[in-house]
Amino acid sequence: MKVVVCIKQVMDPEAPPSSFKIDSGGSSVVLPASISPVLDLYSEYALEAALKIKDASNAQVIAVSLGVNLQRDVIKKPLSMGADDLILLEDEAFADSDSWTTAYALAMAIKKINDYGLILCGRQSADWGNGQVGLIIAEILGLPVVTMVRKIDVSDKKTIIERTFEDGYEVVEVPLPCVLIVSNEIGEPRYPNIRGIMAAKKKEVIAWKPSDIKLEASQIGFSGRRNNLSRLFQPVRNSKCELITGDTPEETALNLATKLRENKLL
Amino acid sequence: MTDHKGILIFGETLNDTLSGTAKEILGCGRKLSDILAEEVTIILFGKDLNKAAQEAIAYGADTVYKANVSRLDEIGSDFYIPDIEKIAKQVQPRIFLMSQTATGSNIAPRLAYRLNTAVTTDCIELGFDKDSGLLQQTRPVYGGNALAIFTSELHPQMSVLRPKVFSPIQPDSSRQGNIIEIESITSEIKDKPKILKRVIQKSDGFRLEDAPVIVTGGRGIGSIEGFKQLEELATILKGAVGASRPPCDNGWVPNSVQIGLTGKIVAPALYFAVALSGSSQHVSGCSGSKNIIAVNKDPEANIFNVARFGIVGDWKKIIPALTDEIKKRLAE
Ligand SMILES: Cc1cc2nc3c(=O)[nH]c(=O)nc-3n(C[C@@H](O)[C@H](O)[C@H](O)COP(=O)(O)OP(=O)(O)OC[C@H]3O[C@@H](n4cnc5c(N)ncnc54)[C@H](O)[C@@H]3O)c2cc1C
Ligand SMILES: Cc1cc2nc3c(=O)[nH]c(=O)nc-3n(C[C@H](O)[C@H](O)[C@H](O)COP(=O)(O)OP(=O)(O)OC[C@H]3O[C@@H](n4cnc5c(N)ncnc54)[C@H](O)[C@@H]3O)c2cc1C
Repeated sequence: MKVVVCIKQVMDPEAPPSSFKIDSGGSSVVLPASISPVLDLYSEYALEAALKIKDASNAQVIAVSLGVNLQRDVIKKPLSMGADDLILLEDEAFADSDSWTTAYALAMAIKKINDYGLILCGRQSADWGNGQVGLIIAEILGLPVVTMVRKIDVSDKKTIIERTFEDGYEVVEVPLPCVLIVSNEIGEPRYPNIRGIMAAKKKEVIAWKPSDIKLEASQIGFSGRRNNLSRLFQPVRNSKCELITGDTPEETALNLATKLRENKLL
Repeated sequence: MTDHKGILIFGETLNDTLSGTAKEILGCGRKLSDILAEEVTIILFGKDLNKAAQEAIAYGADTVYKANVSRLDEIGSDFYIPDIEKIAKQVQPRIFLMSQTATGSNIAPRLAYRLNTAVTTDCIELGFDKDSGLLQQTRPVYGGNALAIFTSELHPQMSVLRPKVFSPIQPDSSRQGNIIEIESITSEIKDKPKILKRVIQKSDGFRLEDAPVIVTGGRGIGSIEGFKQLEELATILKGAVGASRPPCDNGWVPNSVQIGLTGKIVAPALYFAVALSGSSQHVSGCSGSKNIIAVNKDPEANIFNVARFGIVGDWKKIIPALTDEIKKRLAE
């Protein structure tokens, strides 16, 4: 069975907040040269879910990534973790995409892959975090979708899923093919081992241009988007934290309790 | 110009009463509708919605569509979509709002697709563009490091609102409105995911989202035993324990108590942030708190930038002393 995983490259979300800058036009983030991009964490969770399926069966795991300036040493990580193939949709025309154009291009690539059983996406990307791409892919391809997935059991034609929700979890049966949106409860993504890293180095990536997946210029990136970014800015925080001190922990605690009392918080 | 008029809301119910988030979106919808001088319509699903419908009108709805469905607790998000799609196509709203809950975030992008429009998720502010009259939707991006304003020319203009950000209006039980009953068409969907089992894992005490006091621990707490100490402080304050993500990932506490962008969004009167650095993703979930009290050994930790009161020091010394002190005060 083919398991397709959608993987996004993002700016490292753990980079110190002080390194975060927006261009003067208020339209995009200035990527600090010293901080290299990483794979979106939820994409990695989706990949881990796919690799767990591969561990238990003879699934073929195909990673697909859309973007501009995809750095080979970063974006090839799925291969070093154990994915069989990596398809890159990389073109300047994909700049300024929204969730809709991103999902549309990915869906067209998935159609070209053909004969897929599962399509896995992350719950929410680490940069823009709209939480929409996987759900829109499901709509475009007319497939059932389950969100917040924490466990996947695949057998013939049937897939049993555990999904979490606010107060518990559900066990759900879905027909194949389907789209699954994976949450972090699936378990930590595995580390690539040396063999995987060596294999990934040798492996050629598959590059598809918009025309390879039957995309018209009007359906891509800026031209095709339905939701327009009008402004991007950094919120101003004016810290007014009052530090509570004391010579001993007991005295500090007493001073805080007094403050809370004064402010009717206790 | 558009033919689309009014504001449509998908309101969630909890045991046949209006949920807190439904009241919040009604509050937001009412404000927008007063600017536009257009009506607010809400869709509700449940077993016996007479009371909830009246409540919705008191909280700002002009029209209530209620779909009586029998086994709501067994119904997944999928089941709402065809009914909501049908009503949205009938009503042709200018603006369509729902809430960033498990259900809301699942159905919004799919409904947007079916209605040939776009949706902005996780909005914390809505306004109108002066020139175009289009909805300006503000949401945090890059884990809260930046805010982005989105507009779309498509209708309905769809937004999913972050919980605990928008305020309900003062309910007025004398408000009048229409109630329209609809026949649900959910049974017509084929190929839908089938729910085999549903397990509710209620933590005892408060729901985290409703607790007036939350004591939250981060990576620096270090162990299950450490969290027991936070639990003690939370208990005497009649509050609940929360966590940043590392304690959940490490299994010191259940995932259900994670606070932040990918956890719960809370806004208690008192929020103790203990041994957590205050990453933008965490702060996204607690910045609505009325008073944040930070305890951290690193004076440079970002949490001090959002806290009202701060203590620089080792929590292992501070928290037991504070617990004893508060016990004493409350016994007075
Ligand atoms: C300069 C710039 C301008 C932008 N302008 C706009 C704009 O005008 N309007 C707008 O709406 N957005 C805009 N965006 C943001 C937009 O490009 C989003 O990144 C895009 O919508 C994807 O959505 P998401 O990242 O929120 O994905 P989510 O829906 O949060 O992602 C969920 C999952 O989907 C998969 N996925 C998402 N993206 C990809 C991908 N590229 N390749 C493979 N898998 C993927 C992953 O599995 C991921 O975990 C802009 C971004 C930039 C950098
Ligand atoms: C897409 C995405 C979504 C995310 N969602 C969330 C989310 O919902 N919630 C969330 O919390 N995180 C989330 N994160 C993770 C987030 O980026 C941070 O990694 C995380 O919040 C850090 O947790 P922390 O503050 O507990 O740990 P750290 O950043 O490691 O901070 C530990 C702090 O404890 C202090 N400390 C250590 N020992 C002591 C002591 N003895 N006494 C006092 N202080 C001490 C240290 O000084 C330090 O400041 C998300 C990340 C991504 C990429």
